[in-house]
Amino acid sequence: MSMTATVGHAHADPHHIGIVIEHPGPASKRIVTAYGFWVFLLSDIVMFSCFFAAYAVLSGQTAGGPSGAEIFEQRNVAIETVCLLLSSFTCGMASIAADVRNRFWFYLGMAVTCVLGLIFLVIEFREFADLVARGYGPSRSAFLTSFFSLVGCHGLHVSAGVLWLLTMMAQVFAKGFRADVLRRMMCFALFWHALDIIWVGVFSVVYLLGGAP
Amino acid sequence: MLGKLDWSAIPFDQPIPLVAGAVVLVAILGVLFWVVVKGHLPYLWDEWITSVDHKRIGVMYILLASVMLLRGGSDAIMMRIQQAVAYQSQGYLPPEHYNQIFSAHGTIMIFFVAMPFVIGLMNLVVPLQLGVRDVAFPTLNSVGFWLTATGALLVNISLVVGEFARTGWLAFPPLSGLSYSPGVGVDYYAWSLQISGVGTLVAGINLVTTVLKLRTKGMNYLRMPMFCWTTLASNLLIVAAFPILTATLAMLLLDRYLGFHFFTNEAGGNVMMFMNLIWAWGHPEVYILVLPAFGIFSEVVSTFSGKALFGYRSMVLATMAICVVSFMVWLHHFFTMGAGPDVNAIFGIASMIIAIPTGVKIYNWLFTMYGGRIRFATPMLWSVGFMVTFIIGGLTGVLVAVPPADFMLHNSMFLVAHFHNVIIGGVLFGAFAGFEYWFPKAFGFRLDERWGKAAFWFTFTGFYVTFMPLYIAGMLGMTRRLQHYDVAAWRPWMIVAAFGMAVLSIGVICQIMQLVVSIRNREALRDRTGDPWDGRSLEWATSSPPPVFNFAFHPDVRGEDAYWDMKTRAQQQSFDHDVPGYQDIEMPRNSPTGFICAFFASIMGFALIWHIWWMVILGGIGAFATFVVFAWRDHDEYVIPAEEVARIDRINLEERRSLVSMAGAV
Repeated sequence: MSMTATVGHAHADPHHIGIVIEHPGPASKRIVTAYGFWVFLLSDIVMFSCFFAAYAVLSGQTAGGPSGAEIFEQRNVAIETVCLLLSSFTCGMASIAADVRNRFWFYLGMAVTCVLGLIFLVIEFREFADLVARGYGPSRSAFLTSFFSLVGCHGLHVSAGVLWLLTMMAQVFAKGFRADVLRRMMCFALFWHALDIIWVGVFSVVYLLGGAP
Repeated sequence: MLGKLDWSAIPFDQPIPLVAGAVVLVAILGVLFWVVVKGHLPYLWDEWITSVDHKRIGVMYILLASVMLLRGGSDAIMMRIQQAVAYQSQGYLPPEHYNQIFSAHGTIMIFFVAMPFVIGLMNLVVPLQLGVRDVAFPTLNSVGFWLTATGALLVNISLVVGEFARTGWLAFPPLSGLSYSPGVGVDYYAWSLQISGVGTLVAGINLVTTVLKLRTKGMNYLRMPMFCWTTLASNLLIVAAFPILTATLAMLLLDRYLGFHFFTNEAGGNVMMFMNLIWAWGHPEVYILVLPAFGIFSEVVSTFSGKALFGYRSMVLATMAICVVSFMVWLHHFFTMGAGPDVNAIFGIASMIIAIPTGVKIYNWLFTMYGGRIRFATPMLWSVGFMVTFIIGGLTGVLVAVPPADFMLHNSMFLVAHFHNVIIGGVLFGAFAGFEYWFPKAFGFRLDERWGKAAFWFTFTGFYVTFMPLYIAGMLGMTRRLQHYDVAAWRPWMIVAAFGMAVLSIGVICQIMQLVVSIRNREALRDRTGDPWDGRSLEWATSSPPPVFNFAFHPDVRGEDAYWDMKTRAQQQSFDHDVPGYQDIEMPRNSPTGFICAFFASIMGFALIWHIWWMVILGGIGAFATFVVFAWRDHDEYVIPAEEVARIDRINLEERRSLVSMAGAV
């Protein structure tokens, strides 16, 4: 085989700017893992955006049933919000404890996070159960369909987060602060904080905007 | 106990699916029997099923796509025959069966042929082109593949147990709602796409992270081969678009299972919201498929013209422009919805704008060929065939992007001809070009050129004879998805199209023959150098097939066309590799996580379709347990000692030195 044809423009600085930053090579595992998880979170947020869009389209379609202002209880939602925001703080504490390899503070931070998450879930579940009992289930109207789906989707994420949280605690208990366990912990923390951001959206769009008379 | 499942689910009164299912079942059992008796099971399990090697997973993706191509192709043959005979008669397929066939054909061809084919090629090639040892998340990669296979499995089960959707490949409500589709068909459709969609998302995240974070030393963004760029664009689209599909299908399933009102006609549901959501995924999807094909053509055209790609930077810009604009045109799929002239005009113009970067690409390929020393090997034939065909498809695309014209052509056979023109001419030709081009890299021997060229010419001709008549039938007013018709003027075109389908089938047979003949003559076709095409990018810098670690050293890249550059320098400096200091290499261990996960996903999907709730819970617990067991393992890597690396690498270097000295002698 001959190799006499023209060579491609093989210089890194075709416009002679004078700055050539050579790529240093593959990133470390920690960076790759966190980066990939970020990309996943972005895709998860895209999924939520569909449910937000559906809520925006359908929130006026009450089909003779109740509107948001009639069924939302701001007090409960305020408690839910406080729980979730506080849990973000305690989750952050647990992350720091993991970074400095402090088991006691790690377990404490995670346990408080778990309890706050569970309180959030109980309040949400009671809100849902109460609505269904009053005949305002998701099949009542398109508005309630979109409300239950959006809020429920977030609730499912929190439930999955609690399950993950307990698994993380068990892992640290069994394996200690191994490098791969720490990477997973970092991903969990990212996940938990992202759920908070989404809750801020839910709180604003559903309960504040929708709750206005 | 078994939900909605009972003996009435088996279509004893319909011979076609029953016989087809029986044949497939016998074939699968036969292969399994052969594997077990010959004692290949441990090999299959250790080397393939549990493999987390990106090359192996890529090959398995392509194998899945090829098998499903035969299934989807059989559906196509049945439809063409039906429309050729069903003039003023019922033909041989009853309407409810015909409707399932066109729905299954579309679903299979997009989700289980085109997607796995391009994802398989990306998996196989991209880490090699980037000069790295694996993708970012090897085990997750395996999970993604097996979930895709689960989706394909469920679609095929629907052939024999129950039914498939009769709604078309996108299952528009209210037809796909519970009141008009009470059977399990739509559930098969939705759950198989949900499960395989998770697999696709995983693959997308994996490849985005791989391209952005795992590149060898010196592989700056603007030195990446074009295929890596199109992979990046395509997978960014997957990450941004597939969650929309997941959400939309979840809403449809909530409507069907729990009586929600997203897309119903009652209680304020909004059917057009489904159209908007599904096409907000669906339009990017076509670019998810075709962008990697563009990348393949860029590699092939440049290699077989013996020149660097013309206008590399404009190609990068065009790729990323398509990536962005593809999210802004979804409404052109339903101009007739009645959104008003302003909205239609904006989306019509946006659709035409996409033709500009695509045109840039076509010109770049033409100018790459211009003045080059062109070798018309099989991959190059597919590429040139693509350029001709895709231009026609692009032009008819610009035509239907004009809203007034679209009102006439919407849902006609013209549209069917148009999207087959771009998907076959673009994606499938690209997949075949990539298959021919990278096969030697994957398996260590080339494919037979004579059968390859025959396959190209039959497929190419067959495509034109099949689909050009459909354009004309569409102009004559024929709408799509007709089980029978009474218009005499359409008949001749349908017969021509059926004839074209026969020619296309000969092309497929040639493709299979090529594989058989090449495997038989593999010693004569052996690629000893690792560089059978005189390639330009890094995948050709390692042996064929590459060692499990791909490269003994991360290559040091100094410019575009990294391997070409190395070869040129080596020629000047006579390959003076002083024996380098080899080091131990850590590689990820094999893991059955993907396979077991998919096993439970299959159980869960099947149970959800048939409302067998205890089995759903069982599957869910199993999947979670699999992840926990995976997370609990203590050793996730193994070490290849430096001596072993040295031994493997020296063999490769010897072959290469002889290549260079031979070239020097010429």
